Amino acid sequence: MKNLKILLVDDEEEFVTTLAERLELRGLQARTALNGEDALHMIEAETPRIVILDVMMPGLGGFEVLRRIKAQHPQIPVILLTGRGSEKEGVKGMELGAFDYLMKPLNIEELIKKMQEAIKSQP
Amino acid sequence: MSSKNLWTRLIKGLLHNSDDDTANRYRILRRNIFILMILITIIPLTIMAVIYQHEYQSSIKKEIVIPLQTLTNKTKHTFELFFEERLSVIRFIAASYSFEELSDQKNLNRIFEALMDEYCCLVDLGLINKKGIQLSYSGPYEFLGKNYSKQSWFQEVIVKGNYISDVFMGYRQFPHVAIAVLRRIEGGRYLILRSTIDTSKFDDIIASMELDQESDAFLINRDGIIQTSSRFYGKVLDKYPVPFPRGNYGPIVVEETDPQNRKMLIAYAPLTTRSDYIMVLAKQRSALLKPWYTLRSKMLFAFAISVVTIILVVFKLTDTVVKRVKDADEKRELTYREFQHTHKLSSIGRLAAGVAHEINNPMAIINEKAGLMKDLVAYDNQFQKKEKFLGLIDSILKSVERCSAITHRLLGFARRMEVQLVELDLNELIQETLSFLDKEALYRNIELILHLTDNLPRISSDRGQMQQVFLNIINNAFAAVEDEGRITITSWEEDSDTVGVSIQDNGIGMSEEILKSIFDPFFSTKQENGTGLGLAITYGIAKKMGGDIKVKSKQGEGTIFTVYLPKKAKIGSGE
Repeated sequence: MKNLKILLVDDEEEFVTTLAERLELRGLQARTALNGEDALHMIEAETPRIVILDVMMPGLGGFEVLRRIKAQHPQIPVILLTGRGSEKEGVKGMELGAFDYLMKPLNIEELIKKMQEAIKSQP
Repeated sequence: MSSKNLWTRLIKGLLHNSDDDTANRYRILRRNIFILMILITIIPLTIMAVIYQHEYQSSIKKEIVIPLQTLTNKTKHTFELFFEERLSVIRFIAASYSFEELSDQKNLNRIFEALMDEYCCLVDLGLINKKGIQLSYSGPYEFLGKNYSKQSWFQEVIVKGNYISDVFMGYRQFPHVAIAVLRRIEGGRYLILRSTIDTSKFDDIIASMELDQESDAFLINRDGIIQTSSRFYGKVLDKYPVPFPRGNYGPIVVEETDPQNRKMLIAYAPLTTRSDYIMVLAKQRSALLKPWYTLRSKMLFAFAISVVTIILVVFKLTDTVVKRVKDADEKRELTYREFQHTHKLSSIGRLAAGVAHEINNPMAIINEKAGLMKDLVAYDNQFQKKEKFLGLIDSILKSVERCSAITHRLLGFARRMEVQLVELDLNELIQETLSFLDKEALYRNIELILHLTDNLPRISSDRGQMQQVFLNIINNAFAAVEDEGRITITSWEEDSDTVGVSIQDNGIGMSEEILKSIFDPFFSTKQENGTGLGLAITYGIAKKMGGDIKVKSKQGEGTIFTVYLPKKAKIGSGE
């Protein structure tokens, strides 16, 4: 798990930077993107090991970003973040190829556990 | 205002009153329908009955009067014939025999006997000379030598040649009529033959008329003295108590009330045979009009039955109609209330969902910040109040967890209001929605014009939410127009994927500035009456269904809202 390259995508800067810092405290390498377009560029520049992607974003929405990632890099696992009470969106995301979904506000231990599962499931 | 308009208003005014007191309204509606129906049924019936009565009455009068006249005339002729016959036979005797032969008593007896065999009712026969002296006499009395020169009939017979007397009581107190003829002989001489007639034959003639109990026939003279006995008006030589027409005339029929206060129809026919007699035939009107009275009472009965039946039927009918109207009103009211309730719930749901979504993000940030604080404190072994801080941070995280649970519940509630797609006929939906407002349209005389395209493709959407969209927009149109305003609703197929509906009013319109904000939440021009959410929600729904709403407006001219809806709703996040 150490030195795992993670890409965090969420339009809430406060959220995403804080989360990145917390992950780094746990020895993980987390980069952040504040919108779908940036995220896709960053993936092209340096392929992350895993992507944590918020569903609700202005501009390019989470599902669209997911679709493009899966089209270009089907091997990258994507964990979606949805609002509480939006289980439907999570399910929809999984149909589009997401590994799993988590609801905000997050429990960081749960996130790390999910990421481990995702990487383990990779061949 | 055109007359058609006036009528519509009148009927509307009669059937609707603006007073909104419900119980009172139905009472007045019931009363008005009842009166209206009674009037339009009973007035023609009454007019018909009156006309029929009038026509029948006049025709039956004719039917009564003509036979009355005919019978009177016939009897009059019989009397005339009777007198004429006797006069002519006396005239014949006067012409056939010489003065000398007639003055011979034996001869006269023989002639009189022969005469009695042939002609009934002759009582006597006598010859009178120029001086008025009875020269010979054949009969039951002792009239021989009697001088008539001072009597008025003697003068009359000399002037006229004929004479028929009024009825008088003879020596034996039997009513008699005297007849006399004059024959001029050469040398300025003349002879007068006089005969008396027993009037019992008169009764036979009258009996031959075969009158019923309510009728009376008799003769009077021109002075109104009864000549033959009358059933109603007295004996011979009594005064006839009823006023009668004077002068010469054909048979006429008059209506009189007699001294016994009976309404009578009386026919008068003066005899033309040199006499002053008038044939009188009196009938009680009630007897004559018996068939009429029978018919009239039958008609009155039928009329009364009809009126009662009409009233009963109308009453029952009105009751049923008003009950139906009331039921329909109540049903509509209930549907509307249910709809309003659903509307309210879904508004709350939508608001809740919005709040939940909005709160989620800051919560997530608080969560992460607190988490980071916790991490930092936990990893720093030198931190002095570590336990205290970790406790505080945990309590923050727990509160965040609680908030999350609340938003979760709110969204759960909102989800119950979620979209249910069904196949919809938009035209039908618009008409259904209008049914909530047609009462207001009626009261305010707002003209609703519908241009709904036939065969408009059905769309797949949420019925309740679509209803909300149109109710909100049409409600706004109602608020915008004055009384007697006009609202036009048009539907069409925009393209292969989209249908359009426009709602146009000729109301007050909106300024550019207002137009910019009308879809913003909490923006309202209705001051206290509006929440400012109606159009925001409407717009939200349309967007959520994958549709759109466009507005054009000009101040003082009106507003047109155009709603575009996809044939198949593309459910998006909307807001």
